Amino acid sequence: MILDYNVIWENLPLYFGGALVTLKVLLISLFFGLMLAIPLALMRVSRSPLINFAAWLYTYVIRGTPMLVQLFLIYFGLAQFETVRQSVLWPYLSSATFCACLAFAINTGAYSAELLAGSLKSIPHGEIEAAKAMGMSRATLYRRILLPSALRRVLPQYSNEVLMMMQTTSLASIVTLVDITGAARTVSARYYLPFEAFITAAVFYLILTFILTRLFKLAERRWLAYQAPRKH
Amino acid sequence: MLHGYGSSILEGAWLTVNLALTSMALAIVLGLIGATLRLSPVKWLARSGEAYTTVIRGIPDLVLILLIFYGGQDLVNRIALALGSTDYIDINPFVAGVCTMGFIFGAYLSETFRGAFMAIPKGQIEAGLAYGMSNGQVFWRILVPQMVRFALPGFTNNWLVLTKSTALISVIGLQDMMFKAKSAADATHEPFTFFLAVAGLYLMLTSVSLLVLRFLGKHYSASIKAVEL
Repeated sequence: MILDYNVIWENLPLYFGGALVTLKVLLISLFFGLMLAIPLALMRVSRSPLINFAAWLYTYVIRGTPMLVQLFLIYFGLAQFETVRQSVLWPYLSSATFCACLAFAINTGAYSAELLAGSLKSIPHGEIEAAKAMGMSRATLYRRILLPSALRRVLPQYSNEVLMMMQTTSLASIVTLVDITGAARTVSARYYLPFEAFITAAVFYLILTFILTRLFKLAERRWLAYQAPRKH
Repeated sequence: MLHGYGSSILEGAWLTVNLALTSMALAIVLGLIGATLRLSPVKWLARSGEAYTTVIRGIPDLVLILLIFYGGQDLVNRIALALGSTDYIDINPFVAGVCTMGFIFGAYLSETFRGAFMAIPKGQIEAGLAYGMSNGQVFWRILVPQMVRFALPGFTNNWLVLTKSTALISVIGLQDMMFKAKSAADATHEPFTFFLAVAGLYLMLTSVSLLVLRFLGKHYSASIKAVEL
């Protein structure tokens, strides 16, 4: 037999542990990424050229450089500065998990901001005019009409971003985190069975992709029901 | 400022550009094959095309790179050993990188190409055939020139993602600009400087690509009237 799967069976707990790390990193980065994306998206639709430009520059630079470089800049790069190493943030910034989540959140924040800005721009004029006619202030308009509508409409594209992000979290294994890929690298190095180890990781990611796709289908059915094609 | 590592990083940048271009060429070929498979009336061909795109797009690039480079090398050697060969077969990281990147982005491109094929009205193909053109002539004269226009936005996107993904090939030891920057950073203890320089180079690469592809987009939609809202 050319392939040896006994070792994989014995090490399945390592993979499941890795899957938990993958999900944890994913959820934390998505949460903070979205927190970052909402103000950025509002800046991107602002009529003030300066505010708009600042947000554009941020998303342009982040989207124009590889995730790996961003991760290395934060994880390895920041340690170059004495002030960073002396600061109160150093205990956090020297942790691989924190750096990975920070880098991923900064990255997904930029991509999500662009998606959300597109969604905000595509809101029908009538909705905004109606809200204004009702006498809503700008803040109320955003809080009650624009953001809820934009966040719903962005769901299909955002689900793509989440799937991409799930795959991106595999980079965390390069900075020593034992996520699914990290588990595979451990198994591969310990038993020298790279093919079996990485194929197993691939299967884990495929299953996660499948689950996430299902969840977003359900979410769309719940929050985008009004856009679904009419059934007879 | 770069302690004399500037030229080494530029060499790496040249390798990155080469890697990206070669991978893209392979990805275009695989993408066209994938799109043809998915559009095929033969069911199992269409299914296998679909399986290719779905499976590849569901697995992280990094895992595929490690799988193909380490796993592929291991598997090739195990098979060689089983066949009685005693030589150890070494896969070159550049070749492994091109194969992996081409394989991954072929899956993404086959979706782009399929969409572009389907966006061309069927009547044009029928008209071409009615004029007595062969299938090949219809493909090259009617479909391809218009496909370029429909496929360009998706292509641009894929090219940018591919260029950025090449950074991952440094993980398997290809001495691209990411690898060179890491070595320089380790030697000088100034990681921020070098990774920032590399980030700048990648940004230049993506910006130039955007400009060129935007120009191409204008060129290929010259015959199409822009709709003014």
